[in-house]
Amino acid sequence: MKSQISLAFKKCRKENRPALLTYTVAGDNTKKKSLEILKSISEYADILELGFAHNAPTADGPQIQNSSYRALKNGIKLKDVFQIVKNYKKIKNAKPCILMGYYQMVYKYGEKKFVRKCKQVGVDGLIIVDLPFPENKEFSRLCKKNFITFIQLLSPTTSKERMKKIIQSSHDMIYYISMLSTTGGKLKISPNKILKNYFKIKRLSKTKNAVIGFGITEKTISSFKKADGLVVGSALCKGISDSLKKRQNPVIKLNKMVKKLKSRIT
Amino acid sequence: MKIKKGIPLIDQHDKNGFYGGKFGGNYVAETLKKPIDDLTKLFEKCRKDKNFIKERDNLYENYVGKPTRFIKLQNLTDHLGGAQIYAKMVSDANGGAHKIYNAITHAMLCKKAKKKYMCTDTGAGYNGKMFSMVAKKFGLGCKVFMGTRDIERQKPNCDSIRKNGAEIIPVTSGSKTLVDAVSECIRYWVSNCDKAHMGIGSLVGPNIFVKICGFSTSQISRELKVQLEEEFGEIPRRLKLINCVGGGSSAYGFWSEFFDYDKKHIELIGVEAGGPKNSKLHAAPLSKNSKIAILHGAAAYCVQDSDGQIDETDSCSSGLDYPSTSPIHCYLKDIGRARYSFATDEEAFAAYKLVTELEEISPSLEPSHSFAEAIKIAPRLDDTNIIVVNSCGDSLKDKDIIKKRLGSYSR
Repeated sequence: MKSQISLAFKKCRKENRPALLTYTVAGDNTKKKSLEILKSISEYADILELGFAHNAPTADGPQIQNSSYRALKNGIKLKDVFQIVKNYKKIKNAKPCILMGYYQMVYKYGEKKFVRKCKQVGVDGLIIVDLPFPENKEFSRLCKKNFITFIQLLSPTTSKERMKKIIQSSHDMIYYISMLSTTGGKLKISPNKILKNYFKIKRLSKTKNAVIGFGITEKTISSFKKADGLVVGSALCKGISDSLKKRQNPVIKLNKMVKKLKSRIT
Repeated sequence: MKIKKGIPLIDQHDKNGFYGGKFGGNYVAETLKKPIDDLTKLFEKCRKDKNFIKERDNLYENYVGKPTRFIKLQNLTDHLGGAQIYAKMVSDANGGAHKIYNAITHAMLCKKAKKKYMCTDTGAGYNGKMFSMVAKKFGLGCKVFMGTRDIERQKPNCDSIRKNGAEIIPVTSGSKTLVDAVSECIRYWVSNCDKAHMGIGSLVGPNIFVKICGFSTSQISRELKVQLEEEFGEIPRRLKLINCVGGGSSAYGFWSEFFDYDKKHIELIGVEAGGPKNSKLHAAPLSKNSKIAILHGAAAYCVQDSDGQIDETDSCSSGLDYPSTSPIHCYLKDIGRARYSFATDEEAFAAYKLVTELEEISPSLEPSHSFAEAIKIAPRLDDTNIIVVNSCGDSLKDKDIIKKRLGSYSR
């Protein structure tokens, strides 16, 4: 059985374009608003990543940190994150949903309980930022058993040998971190160079869907059309911050932003 | 689980970096896997290299100043009328605290890795100060991440850091203290690991940082062992080694030669920051039985809420004001080799006051927590018991806080 995530990539491939993946933080700026945002951007996005906030994030840049702190300040709990996914999945044409966060939250909740809960509410994939290979092997198996795609990350510092091992142990999607940066950094290297690295990975993993993330914005996204999928996160979190500052509705703002992103890659 | 004899405790982890099967590890982003791997290989090579050790020992002798004094606190002993109380004056070390040992190893490794600058975190400012000192000595650049709350309350050390030419990067996220400084420093390394060497300031973080720190501070223990034998002709039969514990770097260094001994022979007592007396907030995950959390790359007991968010802490001493602790101390607690208690802010100030009134020493607020424990237990023991307190920091950095709390500060 193909996962919803794989099917989404397949559909985009048919349309001859990369999949558009968005990242927003659950509960940013409120539980209700973040659900509305998911529903609204579903119109254009192919896969939705949803962050579950932790207050000691070691790999996030300022934009996502702002979103996480805002969500936490408004009282977001893990149980609310699951509720948001559950409610989102009730809509017609709901897109595949990936939860992303830090291992501490999973560890505290209990690995098995966490994965079972994910399955129950309709989570399609999981990214755990600070649970790298090979320590993640057991957790990865647990996800597979529950039909959840465990998505591993590769970075410019990952050696070829390690890359092979990670790819071999990965499920149907992998995530390439474009550069040495926390989330939302400015592109430090040229898109061509990023793509060159990216295709090294693709050569090692012809059948897996590989996405590029970190530093992708309205300005840069069109340079990466050749990839299987592209993740935009910090730019959207910044969009929410900006619209709140101007006392505008972040739902409308995000809808517009994602629409524009989509238009750049079709 | 038992401690293996003859092997440094820092090396008694499994292949994934866990002590006792569950404390520590390497919970880091993929980007940091290779830099950590490189650093691990470099460190293992260097610690076996005679020239590296020779250079280090030379620096400890001529730059840090070794050994730091081992003195009897006769007035305090007489005043309390019980166990004999001694102090290991680690605050004699160049810069005024034990953090110098770790900073030296990191600067040497940074040079070997051919990197041009180091980044580090700081709470009390001592780690930042020591990194800035050795950076200057080694001709390296240095960035120090420090919470804005700590910048305010540890001004003297901040002045030193800047005077040494290092850059203080204020951290405004979260509680604006050490926990956020470490997070920000790790984030910085994620983005700059190709150019910068990172040194974590305590016995915390991914496994390699625990090891480098413990390897460095264990100098304290090597000196103490010799000094004990000189003073008593043997290792005293009833010995208690008291040390404050935040991240736990000085405690590890103070105890490292003595883990092999039976606990009835040498008792190891760690004192955490209990926070203000009437507050629920504290920084004492070991003695107040916090559960395990994953923070800053490692699994360890940590102050947290029911959802797993890291809880706020409070302590008058910036150096102990950290929600988690070292995986090694968690392991020592679990196997019962060390005992952990806490002292409140009030007890620490009272201990500072008593010790400075009676003796010619001036411990900072961190070791004042250890003295509080010594003052508590000494009267209940007879004079065949020897208590040694690690006076691991000098009070000068706390002069503003002490003045505010006790009305005056003299040194």
